[in-house]
Amino acid sequence: MEIFVCVKRVPDSSENEIELNSSGTDIERDDLVYSVNEWDNYAVEEAIQIRDNVGGSVTVAAVGDEESEEVLRREMAMGVDKGVLLSDDMFEGADGKGIANILKAEIEKGSYNLILTGAQAEAGGAQVGGMLAAMLDVPYASLVNSIEVIDDSKLKVGREVEGGNQEMSEIEMPCVLSIQTGINEPRYVGIRGIRKVASMEIPVHGAGDLGLDASVAGEAGAKVKRTDYFVPDLGEGAEILEGSSDEIIAKLIELLKAKGGLK
Amino acid sequence: MSKNIFAYIAHKNGVAQDSALELVAAAKKINPDAQVTAIVVGAGADLDALCNDMAASYNDVWKLDNEDFAYPNAESIRKALVNLLPKGDILLIAHDTFGMDLGPGLSIKLDAAFVPDAVGFDGINGDTLKVVRQEYSGMVSAHVDCDLSTGAVLNVRPGAFQPDESKSAGGKVTDKSGDIGDIDVKRRFLEVVEAEVGDVDITKADVLVSVGRGIEDEDNLEIITELAEAMGAVVSCSRPIVDAKWLEKSRQVGTSGQTVKPKVYLALGISGSFQHMGGIKGTPFMIAVNKNPKAPIFQVADVGIVTDMLDFIPELTEKIEAL
Repeated sequence: MEIFVCVKRVPDSSENEIELNSSGTDIERDDLVYSVNEWDNYAVEEAIQIRDNVGGSVTVAAVGDEESEEVLRREMAMGVDKGVLLSDDMFEGADGKGIANILKAEIEKGSYNLILTGAQAEAGGAQVGGMLAAMLDVPYASLVNSIEVIDDSKLKVGREVEGGNQEMSEIEMPCVLSIQTGINEPRYVGIRGIRKVASMEIPVHGAGDLGLDASVAGEAGAKVKRTDYFVPDLGEGAEILEGSSDEIIAKLIELLKAKGGLK
Repeated sequence: MSKNIFAYIAHKNGVAQDSALELVAAAKKINPDAQVTAIVVGAGADLDALCNDMAASYNDVWKLDNEDFAYPNAESIRKALVNLLPKGDILLIAHDTFGMDLGPGLSIKLDAAFVPDAVGFDGINGDTLKVVRQEYSGMVSAHVDCDLSTGAVLNVRPGAFQPDESKSAGGKVTDKSGDIGDIDVKRRFLEVVEAEVGDVDITKADVLVSVGRGIEDEDNLEIITELAEAMGAVVSCSRPIVDAKWLEKSRQVGTSGQTVKPKVYLALGISGSFQHMGGIKGTPFMIAVNKNPKAPIFQVADVGIVTDMLDFIPELTEKIEAL
C-alpha cells in the first residue's frame, strides 16, 4: 500500500507558554520550542505499522519553510521511506483550503492508496483532511482511532465520537483519514535514529513544481484570514491562592471542607 | 447583507442536541434580521416531531427523510446538501465530531469559505464577517476575516453561544426529501461500539481528582491516587493520560470521554481545553493547580493555585491525612 502522510511543524504548546507579541499580530515566537504536531506523529506511526503489515511505502510531506525539514527528518527516522518539503514564499498566508491545494498537487504527482493527516493542529482547525478528500473526490473519515485493512480496496475504520463511543465504518480506497491521538503508541526516536537518516535527500517542491499560483495556494486566494491575536476579557476568573505552600494548603483544606470535598 | 442562513440540526434519535438552539443565537448574531432555515436530516417517524419542534425556533425547516440517514453518515449527507443548498449562502454546523466530518469537505464542494470552531461573531463589513476563534488549546484568541462572497460553511463550537429559547419563530416545515438526489457513497456505516464500562463510574462521583498532562510521567500517578484516597475522592483524567494508556478510557472527562457532574472538581495539571470542559456539567466547585498561569483552566476555575503539582500534591496529601 502506498501511504502519504501530511505533517506540520508547530510550536510545542506543552513546552511553551504561548503569549502574544507586543503588536498582537502574532504569538511571541522568540525562544519557542517547535516539534511535529502531536496528531501527525500518531498518523506517521499508523502508516508505518500498516506498511509493515501489508507492504508498500510511506511518504511524509510538510508544507512550510526550510525549518520544517528537521521535523520531516524526525518522522523519517521513525521508519518512513520518503520525505518531501512543500515550500515556497508564495504559500505564506494560504488558508486551510490553500494548504489542501498544495498537498493535493503533490499527491497527484504520485499514486497513493491512503492519505493520512493529523485530526488537528495548533490552530484547532481540523479542516485540511476533509478539504483534501473533497478536492481529490475520495471518501473521508475524521477522528479515526482504529484502522483495519480488509483487502486491497477497503479498510474498516473506527471514528472516535461523543461519549467515548466508536463509530465503525467500511471505507473504500483511495481515501483520506484524519488520525486521532491514542490510535497507537508512536515509537521513540533518538538522536541516533535521526543521524541515520541525515543523508537521506528531502526534495523541495515549490509552486512552480506543483503548478500552483497564488490564487489557489497563497494569500491572494485566501478567503479566511487571521487579522490579529488578542487576549479576551475573561471576567474575574479563578481566585488565585497565594502565600507560602503551608498557607495555601491550609486555605485549600478549609475550602474543600466547606464544599464537601473531604470525606 | 442579504444572505440566507441555514443551520444543520444535530440530533440523536429524534432529540435535538443543545447546539440546535445555540445555532439560532449564532445566526442572529451574524444578522438579527436573517431568515434562518433549519435542516433536519434523518429517517422515520421521530423526524416529524423534531421538525415541528425546530419550527418554533426557525423560520423554515427543511425535512430530509431517507432511510440512508438513519445514522448520520457525513459522506452521504454532504452529497445531499450539495444537491440541495443554494450557492452563496451561509451554513452553520456544530463543531462536534459529526460537524468536523462534514464541514470542511462540504465547503469545498459548495466553493464556500470555511471557518472551523467559531466561538463568536464580531460584525459584518460588506461581505466580510469577523469571526472569533481560539488557538493553542484556548491559550490565545484570534480574529479571522471570512469572505462571504461565495458563501460560507461556519462550524460553531458547542456551548459558545447561549441557546435561544424564545421559540417565537412560528416557522413552517417543508419536506425536501424528494430533492436529496444521488447519495451513493464509498463509506458505509457499520455500527457504534459503546465505550467500555470501567471498574469505576466517574459519572457518579461527588468529588473528582482529575489529572492531566502536567503529571509528566506514569510513575507520578501514585501521588494522585494517594491524594484521592486521602480525600475519599475518585480519580479521573484528561485525554493525554488515556492516550498514553496510563489510565483507562472510562476515567476520561471530556466530549470524547465521560460527562461528569461532581460537587467538587480538582483539576491537576489540566490546561482546560474546551473538549475537556465540555465533559463537566452542573456547577462544581472547581480548583485548578497548574504551573502555567495562562492555562485556560484558570478562567473557569473558582480557585487557582499556580505551582508545580509534583511538589504540591504530596504536601497536600500529607496535611489531609493528618486531619
